[in-house]
Amino acid sequence: MSTVTFLIVSAVKVTVIVTVVLMGVAWATWLERKLLGRFQHRIGPNMAGPYGLLQPIADAIKLIFKEDIVPDKAEKITYALAPIISFIPALLSFAVVPVSDTLTIFGQKIDMVISDLNIGILFVFAVTSLGVYGMVLAGWSSGSKYSLLGGIRSSAQMISYEVSYGLSIIGVILLANTLSMVELVEQQDSFFNWFIFRQPLGFVLFVICAVAETNRSPFDLPEAESELVAGYLTEYSSMRYSLFFMAEYANMIAVSSVATTIFLGGWQGPILPPFLWFVIKVFFFMCFYIWIRATLPRLRYDMLMNFGWKVLFPLALANVMVTAFLQRL
Amino acid sequence: MAQYAAVLIFLLVGIGIVLFTFFMSRLIRPSNPYKAKNQSYECAEQPIGDSWIRFNNRFYIFALIFVVFDVEAVFLFPWAVAFGHLGLFALIEMMIFIMILLFGLFYAWKKGVLKWV
Repeated sequence: MSTVTFLIVSAVKVTVIVTVVLMGVAWATWLERKLLGRFQHRIGPNMAGPYGLLQPIADAIKLIFKEDIVPDKAEKITYALAPIISFIPALLSFAVVPVSDTLTIFGQKIDMVISDLNIGILFVFAVTSLGVYGMVLAGWSSGSKYSLLGGIRSSAQMISYEVSYGLSIIGVILLANTLSMVELVEQQDSFFNWFIFRQPLGFVLFVICAVAETNRSPFDLPEAESELVAGYLTEYSSMRYSLFFMAEYANMIAVSSVATTIFLGGWQGPILPPFLWFVIKVFFFMCFYIWIRATLPRLRYDMLMNFGWKVLFPLALANVMVTAFLQRL
Repeated sequence: MAQYAAVLIFLLVGIGIVLFTFFMSRLIRPSNPYKAKNQSYECAEQPIGDSWIRFNNRFYIFALIFVVFDVEAVFLFPWAVAFGHLGLFALIEMMIFIMILLFGLFYAWKKGVLKWV
């Protein structure tokens, strides 16, 4: 493939992925409100459009028209940078997720992934862990006590779960001997080859840590409304607030896509086209996220830290050791 | 290298979208700041004292523990990738390494470092 074709193909793929992700983010908010409503015997959004489907657009317009308030005590530059630092990494992890099988258009074989890095998984982990900087900077630069406490809490929570998050997939890498996301999907060619069956404990650990990493309920202590107002979001408004909001949902979709790719066979599946299988699996994950938010109460902070370090971390290490032994036998 | 170029394009498009939305929002949103509005939020009271308050020093300890064990994870990744064609030696070697770190974890545990007060 020549350089020009490569650039054009990459640009098209990037545009499509970014559009789909941003749409997904918008309607993930709708899905969450609708499902939470149903869980609580309410109807949820139903005024804007059929089934309230235009609600995300109404929200976006409202947020764009809001005044942007910068507190006098804020550190102006970091205050402005924090939402961007939070949002870009969330978006960037989609670069290595294969969404479908290789496609042939005009005699050109085109991988349905923006970039098949040979260090794909490491890239995802490197990029998603950058998101914590956005929160810390937001909390620190807002010049508000609530923001500072929220920011520090979220950083401590994220680094505590980050270790187990990384260790939980080492079992999969031991079995697959590759870090490339494309090769991982290719190795899960039949149903019982999915890594969820070969690494069940790894999968459970991964999901728990992923929920904690994305700061979702029951691990949503950084923005515990009842004690910290909105945590590191307290002083933000307008477009900057909505960037944080988008970052949260983009992170959810990213984590769901990564879990789908690593454990649930990515786009593999019978009859239906591969891309549809990928979307179905990610959708299942998003619904699971919302389901646990509706079901579980928020953890207390000391319980959260204890659980991370005294339960998840030893379990993750044990999983690595047992997998390595079984692999060698 | 080409693969990283694609990631770079993705990064640039991402930054472009963010800057574009900021620009759009700046064009159409109202702007009417005054002193009371720009005060830090403190439940509608006058903010008291400095915003950069003291916080529990346990956060630092957890950050230190995190660094130790995240470096361990960094060593585990290449080992796991090459595990298929490494011998029994690599397995035993890594088990000793993990054991040492586990010992460290239990030491910290017994010392009460992991206890959140």
